[in-house]
Amino acid sequence: MRSLSEIYNDYFSSTAVFSYREDERIFRTRCMRAWFAIFLILVAIIFLGSTVGIGANEYHYFITNLILINLISAIGLQILIGFTGLLSLGHAAFMGVGAYTSALLVTKWGCPFLLSILAAGLVAALLGIIVGIPSLRIKGFYLMVATIAFQFVIDYVIIHWEGVTRGIRGIELPTPYVLGISLEKNRAYFLLLFLLTAFLMWGAKNIVRSKIGRAFIAVRDNDVSAEIIGIPIFPYKLLSFSISAFYAGIAGALFAGLLRTAIPEDYTFLHSIIFLAMVLVGGLGRLVGTVFGVIFITLVPVLLDLIVSYIANVYDPNFTILLGPLKELVFGGLIILFIILEPEGLVGLWIRIRDYFKIWPLPYVSG
Amino acid sequence: MAMTEAQGSVLLKVEDLHLSFGGVKVLNGINLCVQRGDIFSIIGPNGAGKTSLLNCINMHYRPEHGGITYAGKDLNGLKPHAIAALGIARTFQKVELFQGMTVLDNIKLGRHFLMKFSLLGSFLRLPNIVSDEMEHRKEIEQEIIDFMGLSSFRYSPVGILPLGVRKRVDMARALAMGPRLLLLDEIMSGMAVEEKEDIASYILDVHRDLGVTIVWIEHDLAPVMDLSNRVCVLNFGTKIAEGAPQQVQKDPQVIEAYLGRQKASV
Ligand SMILES: Nc1ncnc2c1ncn2[C@@H]1O[C@H](COP(=O)(O)OP(=O)(O)OP(=O)(O)O)[C@@H](O)[C@H]1O
Ligand SMILES: [Mg+2]
Repeated sequence: MRSLSEIYNDYFSSTAVFSYREDERIFRTRCMRAWFAIFLILVAIIFLGSTVGIGANEYHYFITNLILINLISAIGLQILIGFTGLLSLGHAAFMGVGAYTSALLVTKWGCPFLLSILAAGLVAALLGIIVGIPSLRIKGFYLMVATIAFQFVIDYVIIHWEGVTRGIRGIELPTPYVLGISLEKNRAYFLLLFLLTAFLMWGAKNIVRSKIGRAFIAVRDNDVSAEIIGIPIFPYKLLSFSISAFYAGIAGALFAGLLRTAIPEDYTFLHSIIFLAMVLVGGLGRLVGTVFGVIFITLVPVLLDLIVSYIANVYDPNFTILLGPLKELVFGGLIILFIILEPEGLVGLWIRIRDYFKIWPLPYVSG
Repeated sequence: MAMTEAQGSVLLKVEDLHLSFGGVKVLNGINLCVQRGDIFSIIGPNGAGKTSLLNCINMHYRPEHGGITYAGKDLNGLKPHAIAALGIARTFQKVELFQGMTVLDNIKLGRHFLMKFSLLGSFLRLPNIVSDEMEHRKEIEQEIIDFMGLSSFRYSPVGILPLGVRKRVDMARALAMGPRLLLLDEIMSGMAVEEKEDIASYILDVHRDLGVTIVWIEHDLAPVMDLSNRVCVLNFGTKIAEGAPQQVQKDPQVIEAYLGRQKASV
């Protein structure tokens, strides 16, 4: 008789390979698949519970939706920074482009919401290719500066192209409908977001484990030898920029849909930095890491808010004014803790990424 | 493949190649002629320009004068990745692998340009893309990983492996490219004697069984003289001798270059 634990081990953690196809699955052990199934069941239970008024309320769904939208966007940035080694500080601008593309399509031409999301992704992807062009000649820190320039150009265009974007007033959106179903409730919107996020996450995972993803990593780790063994570097840099922008564009459209408005101040340089923080805090070159980074950066301010208002309620309402700034401080401190005290600011940050991958342009191949 | 490759015809031809960096001449009128089926070795003291010559063949360095033809095709002006696709594979003196990736993924990258490309196919993992990838995986497993003795390292990130194994991964990645011409840059340096013997037998197998022509840079003269059928000696960017191993060994200029170097280092 085999012991129960033996049977358990065989069943759940066996990595025995029967075919190469099985070997290249996302969840390679039964154990991983079991955890994933449990996760899906939990989500289903929570969702069904809330439809009959138990558990999660609209506010919880709103926060969850924020996390999912940020996650979609951050996955894009992760592909660019973590997998391809290209630093960008203009990611929020692509979200802005997506948000306005969707808002204009829906309000001006009555385009269905779902279709407008796809269009937002594609328009952003196209811009991504253009933004990627300087990567032919410049890399590293200089390329990052070029993406910052792009961020400010988009900011400027959104604010000053009043005839189309309505400037700082922004564009209001009607309640989104998908296949005739109203997404007025955050709970309904969550369902769409959950499905989309799962799909896009799966797609990103597929990309990074395909020849495209390997080429990205090759560009990141050693662009000289990559080119010599047959990988065209520049097209893959452009591809990475456009995939990254595609995700941002979709996230932007979904964000505008969630808030029912597209306004300039949601897509600023500061937001680009926050997305960078999500990716860095989560860890570079790992898609799952992004999930943690996004949850952390999105939730910490929310939790700090809760704590402050709790303290203010219990002791003295004036505390809110006092603790407000402290909150930001704690948030910033926590991020710094993660990014481990980088004294040289952004240059140092870049060096850290560079050293991490050891990709700095080699003076020459060898010798 | 062996059928179409008539033994003895010219595969790679380098004519009057000049290269300099900031006024310093690195290659000064090199002429070479590699025949199909050769194991063609290039030796010479440090800084002679051996690696630079390979970098020119890959068009990673743009020679300022002179021509390189491969299988009758002029390589001038081609991009390095296009040259790889012509069937020229390469290993690197200071192993230039992709540190963050596993051995398997590194080797798969050698096959990059042979695999189907489809953005949508990769994104949605469409069946034709997956089966194409699995086909390549099978070939890599059966023809390269086993052959190079890398089975137990398949899933190890290359960054943590000892130098000898990384050199083998480098060679495996080059073989995955299905080359007709293999450029080896000091594949044996830093290896123990047994490891060198292994590599020597890989080189012979690749040459004999796969019919690959080999251009081989190495400092250790014993295996070079044993394995190659032609040896060329570079010194200060100039070719000072070329011929069969026994011939080259006796050449007074070669002895001078090597002895001179020994004197200088004493
Ligand atoms: N990218 C470069 N920039 C400047 N100088 C270079 C460059 N590449 C090579 N050189 C110079 O060219 C000369 C030849 O270098 P190369 O690496 O080709 O020599 P080598 O024969 O391979 O030597 P070793 O046996 O040490 O590997 C050296 O003096 C080197 O400094
Ligand atoms: Mg060298």
